[in-house]
Amino acid sequence: MKLLVAVKRVIDYNVKVRVKADETGVETANVKMSMNPFDEIAVEEAVRLLEDGTATEVVAVSLGVQQCQETIRTALAMGADRGIHVKTDEELQPLAVAKLLAKIVEKETPDIVILGKQAIDDDSNQTGQMLAGLLGWSQGTFASKVYLADGKANVTREVDGGLETLAINLPAIVTTDLRLNEPRYASLPNIMKAKKKEITEITPDELGVDVAPRLTTLKVTEPPKREGGIKVETVSDLIDKLKNEAGVI
Amino acid sequence: MAVLVVADHDNTALVPIILNTVTAAAAINDDVHLLVAGENAGTAAEAAARVAGVSAVLHADSPAYGHQLAEALAPLIVGLAGSYSHVLFPSNTTGKNVAPRVAALLDVAQISDIVEVISEDTFVRPIYAGNAMATVQSTDPVKIITVRGTAFAAAAEDGGSAAVQGTDGAEDPGLSSFLGQELTKSERPELTAARVIISGGRGMQSGENFEIIERIADKLGAAVGASRAAVDAGYKPNDYQVGQTGKVVAPELYIAVGISGAIQHLAGMKDSKIIVAINKDEEAPIFSVADYGIVGDLFKVVPELEEELEKQGISAR
Repeated sequence: MKLLVAVKRVIDYNVKVRVKADETGVETANVKMSMNPFDEIAVEEAVRLLEDGTATEVVAVSLGVQQCQETIRTALAMGADRGIHVKTDEELQPLAVAKLLAKIVEKETPDIVILGKQAIDDDSNQTGQMLAGLLGWSQGTFASKVYLADGKANVTREVDGGLETLAINLPAIVTTDLRLNEPRYASLPNIMKAKKKEITEITPDELGVDVAPRLTTLKVTEPPKREGGIKVETVSDLIDKLKNEAGVI
Repeated sequence: MAVLVVADHDNTALVPIILNTVTAAAAINDDVHLLVAGENAGTAAEAAARVAGVSAVLHADSPAYGHQLAEALAPLIVGLAGSYSHVLFPSNTTGKNVAPRVAALLDVAQISDIVEVISEDTFVRPIYAGNAMATVQSTDPVKIITVRGTAFAAAAEDGGSAAVQGTDGAEDPGLSSFLGQELTKSERPELTAARVIISGGRGMQSGENFEIIERIADKLGAAVGASRAAVDAGYKPNDYQVGQTGKVVAPELYIAVGISGAIQHLAGMKDSKIIVAINKDEEAPIFSVADYGIVGDLFKVVPELEEELEKQGISAR
């Protein structure tokens, strides 16, 4: 079984993002970038399937600027076998990413594509479902457990009220939620080994995909600022404020 | 052209967030239609017809739609989309699962999680877990949108009298099937739907100690949450996590107990109407967003709070 994992380079989740003064976006210069946390979970899941013998190969794909190769290297250090970098400096929106991934799926013919459920930069939560739609595949989104048997995947999904389990046909798309696993840290020897693993470069043109954005961002602004309030001395003061000033209890 | 809202429901009743989604739809165009696709979902369709501001209800009934599976629903919605300028979904786990599949099949972008309608093609949505707001414009012929429920008032559940019209289902691709569900057995409300949330952080020191905040939760009819630090420490499972990589919540009252206020947590709760912080470190960043703060030992303050709520006879609304 072959697995494809999509990994996105995003601003590290510990960085406080700052909106640019000209309202065109957020500050990305000299900001620490990392693999999207949900994608780390996707890589971990794929590597575990490789280690337990279910999968025979794990291919990590990232799309975007040159530095995405660092993100692919991280996936390779975690245990993926090789990488594919779809290289472009254009802004890629989820539909374009899904179309590019669909072309890669045609070439690579994986049995399962595992993606993070959403990227913590644009928070779209779209790419996996779009890819499933384009390919006409089943989708197991927001997965907290994946069990493979008899040419199907039983996927337990995190839904609002708890969990639900679906049986989905393979090939399939799986998107990861937080409870699926706890991603490993790459060890130094594995980081060294990853440097020798192969990353293939390809462009959207070579894949024949028009990646022109469909949505125009008119502006990016600060959210309404929240002012710190007051400190109260006693619990009864607090209850009084909540009851009579805020009216929430 | 009218706006279509794809209803989430359990074949009997609408999920409450649909009422907020209807309000968002009405801000685009006052001709709002609701699609109820389900299995023996007549009762849900009738409920949809009573929602104030809904002018028509489309009811598609098939065993394939019983569990809102994306693979079965998407072709149905794609078939209907041509008659609408916008198709709106709630930004809950059902809407988020189905909407992008529909968008891809229509070859259009999706606008996720809108919090404001500027015009029929321009919307505001949070990015970076709400640390920035993006105003985006779409030129696609059909706009596929998910709506953040907490950003729009709920439409009245009653008062409408729309006609329910049956509509044929699309062919079931048979790609997936429902095996079962395990809904959280809790008397407490769900985090994303709760009016009041009380969350614990690393300051709780253990999972057992959450009992003291659970008692407050039960008094106030609140949901219980946890910070990532508390989840990482194993005090509570991941589905309790409020924050950038957990659940994003905006209740009327959020009580943060023993939570320092890491960026990643603030991102998940800072849109709450009123925030209360209880922390022994007066320099904790949580106080910079809290409306009311108490500096003190949570193991003293929280039981006092319980006692005082009891004494004043304050209970869940």
